[in-house]
Amino acid sequence: MVDWQSTATFNTLQARASLLQVIRQFFAERGVMEVETPSLSLGTVTDVHLASFPVPGLTDSGEPGYLQTSPEYAMKRLLASGSGPIYQICKAFRREETSRQHNPEFTMLEWYRPGFSLPELMDEVGSLLQQVLDCSEIPRFTYQQLFQQHLQIDPHSIETQQLREVLLGKINMDISGLDDTDCLQLLMNHCIEPALPSACFVYDYPVAQAALARIEHDGQGVAVAQRFELYCGGMELANGYHELSDAEEQRRRFAKDQARRKELGLPSIAADQRLLAALEDGLPDCSGVALGVDRLLMVKLGLNSIEEVLSFPGDRA
Amino acid sequence: MASYSTNEFKSGLKVLVEGDPCSIMENEVVKPGKGQAFNRVKFRNLLNGRVWERTFKSGESIDAADVMECDMEYLYTDGEFWHFMKTDGSFEQVAADANAISASKDWLKEQDVYQVVLWNEAPISVSPPNFVEIEVVQTDPGVKGDTAQGGTKPATLASGAVVKVPLFVNIGDVLRVDTRTGEYQNRVSK
Repeated sequence: MVDWQSTATFNTLQARASLLQVIRQFFAERGVMEVETPSLSLGTVTDVHLASFPVPGLTDSGEPGYLQTSPEYAMKRLLASGSGPIYQICKAFRREETSRQHNPEFTMLEWYRPGFSLPELMDEVGSLLQQVLDCSEIPRFTYQQLFQQHLQIDPHSIETQQLREVLLGKINMDISGLDDTDCLQLLMNHCIEPALPSACFVYDYPVAQAALARIEHDGQGVAVAQRFELYCGGMELANGYHELSDAEEQRRRFAKDQARRKELGLPSIAADQRLLAALEDGLPDCSGVALGVDRLLMVKLGLNSIEEVLSFPGDRA
Repeated sequence: MASYSTNEFKSGLKVLVEGDPCSIMENEVVKPGKGQAFNRVKFRNLLNGRVWERTFKSGESIDAADVMECDMEYLYTDGEFWHFMKTDGSFEQVAADANAISASKDWLKEQDVYQVVLWNEAPISVSPPNFVEIEVVQTDPGVKGDTAQGGTKPATLASGAVVKVPLFVNIGDVLRVDTRTGEYQNRVSK
């Protein structure tokens, strides 16, 4: 039999429609403008662990493009041209294995707040979550606190050798080829995530996991990435940054990603010159966050698999 | 030797891990938004039944185990080995040792069909069917007229299993027994 029917129930599709309405209302009340940016674009992310779907023949002259893994670059270009606070609900595409929590095409809510610090943005994410899930205030932990509490190690200062020993003591795997960041993420997943409360923010990430976040010094003078993750129902639900606005630093991070891509034999991705030009022209001081709408709906409805909240998941799209 | 990459992992796949044949029970793909993907895999060791977990980097691969499940008829035991024959018409025979037949030792009946797991063509485990019909060889005499209710008594079957049976059961009765629970179901003939 051909699988033509939806994997979501009618009630779930209705809950999805209501959720989108609540989100739009939330931002309308706060004077944040909804925008749309291209799903298909010439540039894409250089992030080593994100793979974009290439699309041939995007331009009239035959240049290829990419389906966007998030609307981040385009939204930053709008911010640099003076849009003020903006949000977008769009489809994002990532070329990765499907799983209980992953579908190659998913719905993302992304928003940017000029003038907001990272804690202020966490407040706003918290308000949205409390409204959608009817939950109490969401606790916050630093990355360091969690590693100290659950593994008795300091993730910012631990030596590579000791980190690998801790990993081997906790996780049965072949650790060859893993770098410090891989080790920390494995420990986070295996040893810390299962012990996290049903919802919480984790912030002040190690510098190596900054991605597009600024790096600043925390209260103890340790350099940390101004980034947070919102964990909810055992999943990463949202990822926020105090956005990097220094074009030179952005150029260096692109170059670093490209070098690492080469080492790993991954396709080379050119730095997005339009984003760099926008940063050079001036991105306002802002914080931004991307939130997985499908996962939020899973949490709201207590569903276990992303398939259950999608009309048609990848294998029957 | 054939091998499987992490993107081919699925439950039921038979693989060789640390030298032992294992069956994948669960495969969870983990992909942090900003990090390397990996697989958390739960295995059952097919030699000793032990369940354990191992984590693989995305793209890692493991050797396939040459494991086959097939239906085989039990023939006889020579005291050291238990001999089975394929039911596919090939009449091919294998000899299982005490370790391999441990799960079905008390339920073996000549000419019945068992599921035999072969690793590199040698039997590593033998599972009985869910229900078997075996004759009673030893029990206290039956109580006439007592056909349903009342107490139970132990009965030894021809295969060696001891099951609790109703009082009316006699030596020579053939009983249907659930091998998963060891429970008496009913009497199939006298």
